[in-house]
Amino acid sequence: MSVSALETKRLEAVLKGDEEVEVVGTGTDAVAYALMLADVDVTSAYPIRPYGGVMQTVARLIADGYMKAEYIVAAHEHDQFEIVKHASAVGARTFVGSSGVGWLLAIEAIVAISTDRYPVVALIGNRALDDPGAYGVEHNDALMVRDVGWLLVWVDTAQEALDTTLIAYRVAEDPRVMLPVGISMDGAFLTHSEHVFKIPPKKKVQQFLPPYDLGNRKLHPSNVISVAPQVNEDWVTEIRKQMDEAMKNARKVIEEAYRDFAKIFGRDYGNPFVEPYMVEDADVVMVGMGTVSKPIKEAVRRLRAKGERVGFLRIRWFRPFPTEDIIRYLSGVKVVAVVDRDYSFGSPFDGGAVFTEIRSALYETDHRPLMMNFIGGLGGREITYNDAINMFNMALEAARKSKVEQRVIWYGVRE
Amino acid sequence: MTISIKLARTVKDLLMMAQTEYFDSGHRTCQGCESAMVLRWVAKAAGPNTIVIGATGCMYVANTTYYTTAWALPWIHTQLSGTGSAVVGTAAALKALMEKGKLPNEKINVIGICGDLGCADAGLSEVSNAMTHTKYNFLILMYDNESSANTDIQETTMTPFGALTTFSPSGKQVRIMKYRWKKNMAAMMAVGHPEVRYVATAIASDPIDLYNKVKKALEIGGPTFIHTLDPCPKGWGYDPKYSHEIGKLAVETGIWPLFEIEDGKFRLTSTSARIASGEIKRKPVKEYIRRQSRFKHLTDGDIEYIQRKVDEMWEKWLIPGLIPLTKELPYPEVTKASTK
Repeated sequence: MSVSALETKRLEAVLKGDEEVEVVGTGTDAVAYALMLADVDVTSAYPIRPYGGVMQTVARLIADGYMKAEYIVAAHEHDQFEIVKHASAVGARTFVGSSGVGWLLAIEAIVAISTDRYPVVALIGNRALDDPGAYGVEHNDALMVRDVGWLLVWVDTAQEALDTTLIAYRVAEDPRVMLPVGISMDGAFLTHSEHVFKIPPKKKVQQFLPPYDLGNRKLHPSNVISVAPQVNEDWVTEIRKQMDEAMKNARKVIEEAYRDFAKIFGRDYGNPFVEPYMVEDADVVMVGMGTVSKPIKEAVRRLRAKGERVGFLRIRWFRPFPTEDIIRYLSGVKVVAVVDRDYSFGSPFDGGAVFTEIRSALYETDHRPLMMNFIGGLGGREITYNDAINMFNMALEAARKSKVEQRVIWYGVRE
Repeated sequence: MTISIKLARTVKDLLMMAQTEYFDSGHRTCQGCESAMVLRWVAKAAGPNTIVIGATGCMYVANTTYYTTAWALPWIHTQLSGTGSAVVGTAAALKALMEKGKLPNEKINVIGICGDLGCADAGLSEVSNAMTHTKYNFLILMYDNESSANTDIQETTMTPFGALTTFSPSGKQVRIMKYRWKKNMAAMMAVGHPEVRYVATAIASDPIDLYNKVKKALEIGGPTFIHTLDPCPKGWGYDPKYSHEIGKLAVETGIWPLFEIEDGKFRLTSTSARIASGEIKRKPVKEYIRRQSRFKHLTDGDIEYIQRKVDEMWEKWLIPGLIPLTKELPYPEVTKASTK
């Protein structure tokens, strides 16, 4: 279980040297290395798949001395999230994570973390909710907190997971934001698949990420404050409005963070909020979050080769929602087809959560596209290249007819 | 005795040693609230180098109205069941930050305060988990007013047998809704977590005993636990001016034994020690029960039942107040038989 000789050499290189080091590892490994580089002070663990791998790697890094942090095995997820909330309150940089029902068990603490304005960073290894049991990916777990002040970002590769973890601390801890960040990672497809990625040197991380400073909100005997007293109707509105401002500020802070990240590490993600893929001049654009990008991009390439004007837009940051980018890339497109790895029963047009938000963002535009919604890939069911081609064909058909026959399609559902 | 600190022996000692108030004016607790008295003594015993964490409950809602906080110590709210987690997170962060040189190295007391609902019911698994984290230093204080007193006096597992609450009224068909016997929390903490170095019971009507126990708990290190029984005029049904008297009766009748367990050594303290030594005789439980309207529907037969249970605790338990197994254990005979 301990770190191999090869890994030892590589970890020592990034901790002491100036160069990045290429390794092979899972998506959760990549996050664990980021936590080592970010010098996280306190973390708490509780086992649940598929996020749990990150805590196994962190445990190993601590046991072998590469990382120095208090590692607390909690009684359950509510315990886990309360632990980091209070560690954050006295000035510790913290990490926590969960999946599916575990994330939901912690929901009271999760909300208190954002309403108390603690910049906790969490990994959500996206997983279907029970019942019935399913290990596989579904985005409803993370989406449960879309309204309560958590920044939410979906990553696509192990490299992006590592980089986004560092960016997450920088954004969360910015005094203009001071809100927690949830990093969503598709269960199994990314948490458990092996990728080649680069671990940057710690020296550069220190350049990028200033120490966590709570300022005059730090709980300490030298700073006698009362945190989160009973306020009732007198102050709740004002406190929530401050969160609204912080969430709006986050857009600018995220942009700055990606800009500095590109400067310091030499990896440029372009637009931080969305990843446009061959969207220029596209008649049909598919939109999705997470690893569904892989089959869809492949389908885009093949269809483009055949002369079809199709493209893909991957949403990276769901909160704050990239309203302007959605308008910029999707206004004027003939058909927008949103792939939702989630459901929102009884929502407008009975569509998925991402579909509904995009539709809302596009309401004000002059050139509103036709919109289709594919709900699929639930419980970890794979969305394949062929599925992506089928979806594109349906959308292309709608574009030709300038008419959507069926707005929301539960893709591949067995009757 | 593994700890050497200055303890109070007399009321004069206590007044001299604890002059500064750290739980001060600004709170809105009821008249005669013994939980508020407990907090006052805990804060005095802890002193200024302390972080206090308060779970949802009476002592959150009544004490920390925005702009009028009663705490002259750094204080933070935690969720109803969050006390065990919050003390662990706080103590772990202090340890990490001090070891990494991100905070000056000094002793900071971490005290988590929770009521019976938050501690013994909702937060039990967190508190239990906290008690196993022996590398962190903190005290969990459970103020037990035997009901969810802030939300209209509802039954908790710590509500005593027979007591009226809004969840356990007495009616024509069901005379006694609260049929469950009260949990023994301090014992559960001590016996269930053998590495914990200090566990005690206390009561505000015996402030010397309470103050000394808090001092010891904070001095000895690791996770520690104190359970106080807090008479509550609103929930128990008596004139607020009798709070101390009711508290004293709880101890004198033997219903609430005062004890401490320090490094595995059990010792009854104060009035309870004098009862055990025969110096004073236990008063009948009736004297305690008939003073409170929450027991007004109990018959003499009910009270005899409670008296029998209390007698059993003092006379038959392996350790009174701690281990509810009787001395007639079967295993010596079994052992004898098996060695034949």
